[in-house]
Amino acid sequence: MNTSFDLIIDSWTLEELTEAYPVARDFFLNLNLPPLNPGRTLADALLAADDAWLAEFGLTCHEIPAQLAAFLSAMTAPETIREIASITIIGGRNKLGEPEDVELRVEAGTVVSVVGPTGSGKSRLLGDIECLAQGDTPTKRRVILDGKALCEDERFSLEGKIVAQLSQNMNFVMDLTVAEFLEMHARSRAAGQAPAGKTEQVVQTCFSCANDLAGEKFSLDTKVTLLSGGQSRALMVADCAYMSSSPIVLIDEIENAGVDRRAAITLLARKEKIVLISTHDPLLALSADKRVIIKNGGIFKVLETSPEEKASLAEIGKMDDMIARIRRDLRHGERIKV
Amino acid sequence: MKMLTVAGPPSSGKTSVILRLAECLEQRTGVIKFDCLTSFDKSRYDEAGVPVQIGFSGKFCPDHFFVNNVEGGVAWGLRRGLDFLVTESAGLCNRCSPHITGVTGICVVDCLSGVHTPRKIGPMLKLADIVVITKGDIVSQAEREVFAWGVRQVNAKSQVFFVNGVTGQGAFMLAKKASAARDVDSLSDTRLRFTVPAAACSYCTGETRIGENYQMGMMRKMEYDL
Ligand SMILES: Nc1ncnc2c1ncn2[C@@H]1O[C@H](COP(=O)(O)OP(=O)(O)O)[C@@H](O)[C@H]1O
Ligand SMILES: [Mg+2]
Repeated sequence: MNTSFDLIIDSWTLEELTEAYPVARDFFLNLNLPPLNPGRTLADALLAADDAWLAEFGLTCHEIPAQLAAFLSAMTAPETIREIASITIIGGRNKLGEPEDVELRVEAGTVVSVVGPTGSGKSRLLGDIECLAQGDTPTKRRVILDGKALCEDERFSLEGKIVAQLSQNMNFVMDLTVAEFLEMHARSRAAGQAPAGKTEQVVQTCFSCANDLAGEKFSLDTKVTLLSGGQSRALMVADCAYMSSSPIVLIDEIENAGVDRRAAITLLARKEKIVLISTHDPLLALSADKRVIIKNGGIFKVLETSPEEKASLAEIGKMDDMIARIRRDLRHGERIKV
Repeated sequence: MKMLTVAGPPSSGKTSVILRLAECLEQRTGVIKFDCLTSFDKSRYDEAGVPVQIGFSGKFCPDHFFVNNVEGGVAWGLRRGLDFLVTESAGLCNRCSPHITGVTGICVVDCLSGVHTPRKIGPMLKLADIVVITKGDIVSQAEREVFAWGVRQVNAKSQVFFVNGVTGQGAFMLAKKASAARDVDSLSDTRLRFTVPAAACSYCTGETRIGENYQMGMMRKMEYDL
């Protein structure tokens, strides 16, 4: 599997190697290796390194090239995204233990809203989809892709890869600036091969998009932990829209986040994706093609958005704009009159 | 009897992961907890009905203590008729790793612990077969991915699992993987995957005074700048 890398590592100089595979630099950094001569091959350069020093780190100069080959092969493995035409959620049990008698099929290109009182189980439904539940979550639901049950290996290899998720978590914890965070995420997604220019471009796109969505502006060298709730959410939306090519998008209550939610949804629902939005917002709920009503932890009803409801959207949109204007005026110390 | 060595920095969620794992395994699982001075985990294992032995290394090097006692632990597990024996240790001194060739090694890391933590943890992460990332439910997917990438950079070969120690989400898949661990009935002649620290100096034997006069045995001096 690593043979091509074995050959490259054997014959290329370190300079050529890190030029072609910039991610190799991380390998040397992580090993805490002393500076190696970039004009030599790895094996030659290691001859000059202190054996005793390597031994302390549990290394010999024979193992390092093989480890680097394994590292490069893992880091550059292309991320294959599985296309998904439909998902089906097979009902389990609600919180009262009653059977949830539904089979909800959602096709690619469909937006479904999930509504219901707080605590009714909206997030749980999204969580079941995220982990591709197979009767092993509290709801006992099962999730099926393209009409076929998943075997365990498939489930494991798909978990976290086919679903892009905006959860209710609104804070960052990592000690990184916005630029560093986006760059690391871009590199982790690009399987180590992306030329530097491409990474920069994605970072810029995400950054300017996040700033458009957020109320207050922030800069590339702001620490992510210092972003406001709205700014964090805007950054997560932009990141989700531009870094991820997952065919399923799950959005949990984006409305309380201080971002332009309609712009955010439009951005996230681009292309032929399967989108589920848990929401309390009438405008978002009715913009969807279908809505799922959750009660007591179970799917209580599934409604297609009716033509009348679609027709009412324009009017609801106006009301929504009016509320937004009032909110803005209030914030700027204006007097309000409707 | 199958065996797992579980290591990870303090408070990374090892005990919770092991308890959730034990639930999913649905087999007789027992734990040996290696600790330095105190341990608060015994009651948690007792409550869950998981047989547990606690070993305190006290004034001894925790790494050496682990190696000297782990074989006895295997004998205990066999006497108890366990299907699964799990050792839990708090990363010993971070330089070390309790992972043994032929025994499935798990490292538990907490994704709130900082983006550079995977690089700092050393062999117990680098040489693990499975890496379990905890507390992922608290952050966004983007942050989980960045953290997991940091883990893969240090250990490209491992399989990474996200496990929620509170709800148990993810433990099911971890249990599937852990069930593939090899059977072990003795550790005689197996090897540690990484050496334990080499030191036998005056401080190892109880010296507390500071100064050149008291420093004897194997030790290393730092070279400071002028
Ligand atoms: N069918 C179910 N069976 C058991 N527990 C459930 C079920 N559905 C939801 N829950 C639990 O109910 C709690 C509230 O659900 P949650 O999804 O957070 O509600 P919401 O997002 O609608 O506010 C969670 O702890 C969830 O795991
Ligand atoms: Mg919720």
